[in-house]
Amino acid sequence: MDITNLFKICIKALLNNKMRCFLTMLGIIIGVASVIAMLAIGNGSKQSIRSEIGQMGSNMIMVSPGNGRFGGVRQSGSSMQTLKLEDYDAIVRQSSYVDKITPTVQASGQAIKGSNNTPTTIYGVNEQYLDIRGYEIASGSCFTESDILHAAKVCVVGQTVVDELFPDGTDPLGQTIRFNQIPMKIIGVLEPKGYNSMGMDQDDLLIAPYTTVQKRILAINYIQGITCSALSEEYSDQAIDEITKILQTNHNIRIGQENDFNVRSQQEMMETLSSVMDMLTMLLAAVAGISLIVGGIGIMNIMYVSVTERTREIGLRMSIGAKGRQIMLQFLIESIIISVAGGVIGVLLGILASKVIALFGTNTAVSTFSIVLSFLVCVFTGVFFGWYPARKASNLNPIDALRYE
Amino acid sequence: MDEIIRIDHIKREFHVGDEVVKALRGVSFSIGQGEFVTIMGTSGSGKSTLLNILGCLDVPTSGEYYLDGISVREMSKNERATLRNRKIGFIFQNYNLLPKTTSIENVELPLMYNRDVSHAERRERAISALQEVGLGDRLTHKSNQLSGGQMQRVAIARALVNNPVIILADEATGNLDSRTSYEVLALFQRLHRDGRTIIFVTHNPELAAFSSRTITLRDGRIISDVRNEHLESAEKVLAAMPKEED
Repeated sequence: MDITNLFKICIKALLNNKMRCFLTMLGIIIGVASVIAMLAIGNGSKQSIRSEIGQMGSNMIMVSPGNGRFGGVRQSGSSMQTLKLEDYDAIVRQSSYVDKITPTVQASGQAIKGSNNTPTTIYGVNEQYLDIRGYEIASGSCFTESDILHAAKVCVVGQTVVDELFPDGTDPLGQTIRFNQIPMKIIGVLEPKGYNSMGMDQDDLLIAPYTTVQKRILAINYIQGITCSALSEEYSDQAIDEITKILQTNHNIRIGQENDFNVRSQQEMMETLSSVMDMLTMLLAAVAGISLIVGGIGIMNIMYVSVTERTREIGLRMSIGAKGRQIMLQFLIESIIISVAGGVIGVLLGILASKVIALFGTNTAVSTFSIVLSFLVCVFTGVFFGWYPARKASNLNPIDALRYE
Repeated sequence: MDEIIRIDHIKREFHVGDEVVKALRGVSFSIGQGEFVTIMGTSGSGKSTLLNILGCLDVPTSGEYYLDGISVREMSKNERATLRNRKIGFIFQNYNLLPKTTSIENVELPLMYNRDVSHAERRERAISALQEVGLGDRLTHKSNQLSGGQMQRVAIARALVNNPVIILADEATGNLDSRTSYEVLALFQRLHRDGRTIIFVTHNPELAAFSSRTITLRDGRIISDVRNEHLESAEKVLAAMPKEED
């Protein structure tokens, strides 16, 4: 008997029990569809995080003061005063992999305009900051080097701040607002960027010359960090090494000594986040995978019932010349047909579910990997869970099988 | 007359717990081409065991069995399966047709397990076998749409389709009413006249009169083996029966 005949026999047998066949398939369909949908959600979230981080500037490198000792007390990096403008200047002068660079200082406080006020953060930077972070000016302009030189009381505002301070829709350009009692003139409004992947509103900020924030708001002469971009993503690592060396020299840090600063790239952050997402995705997929196993047990159960129910048929087939192997193949192929057909429907349903989920705002991405994986798992499920009942069928004694009531 | 079946001192023992049940205690006979043999016996006489051995479903504990000149005793399970497929046609008391399956597909079944028969040939042979048993007009009826007699005739067609050297019928009329039984018997007699070799196993002594030879078993031994000189015709019995009201 060739394999096409076997397939015909199997399909016929399955069609004789359409409802049961469909219900058995349903277990696999739900299992596969949920694996596909879960992996799609996981992948989708990962992709959106990646693209958001990319928007932030995927080749962004951040230098921050490291943990240190201040009068014998270990301090957190943010309270350290070890980064100076000289460090920034040194990097500007010496580095060859750094493209744009800005010193950063920041302060939280209340922005006030008339009777409206809102808590926000002011970032003291230079004009290159916008390029590094991927901000665009919607109207007005950015401050200039001369503003930085004179610590001018000017700022560029984000859309959230505009909405809070000018609820009546007044054009904010040219208006003067106060931040922590310091009056500042709005010279530009940023294009909205929305929330980032960690739920932070990227439009809730003021951008001002770093000298203004240093001298007029914080009254400090150190800087809190340096943000720069590598020439391109590939040069990220070289840029980090280079900056580290420059700062080590500048800070007189000897080999083996702990650095008093940290250099981190967006790339690293992205990898950390990705790995967290990967874990979550795997967790979701594992839960979905369990339903696939349950579906497989459903197949095994039905194949068992089927073997018992068709004992006489098996006896007959054997008496007219079917070999044990052919009986086994028949039942094995039946269970594989169920599982693979269920798998195909499940994949389609999973893709559909992902599209529907995407309509509700969650980013989803169906990967070829997940399709191939679930398909292979289905074939395996069919073979694995069909094998035992099939073997039982093939081991039947034709005499007993024929007399089975 | 060519010898189709020869068995020599066949013994078959079963182990049930510690006891040994001797189902056949040394049976010998041979059956020639074109014979219509009834094997008779009460239950427990060993006739089912003998039938299983003749049908290559079982092997004797000792003794030799030659089917169409081939020794069966030393064969593997798979070889016996192939032998059944090519040389034996089975007919059962309860028909054993596949449910929800058409007559043609039921009859084609043995040929499905024969790689040498093409799809077209399979169909052609199934149709001619069905025509031979008088079911040429029931080709695509499903088994649940047929009467008992028709189902048994489909089963007979299935036994004929592989051109077996021997047809083994196990209580083939057991489930049928007497009129239908005689119809089936008449069919067997016709097949016999056409030269087929048939072994008919039954516990019903009335049926012996319609075959050419009767072997009677009791307690695993042959107690009589007689040739029937006055073959009764099932068709005549049928004709003598009162017509059924439609």
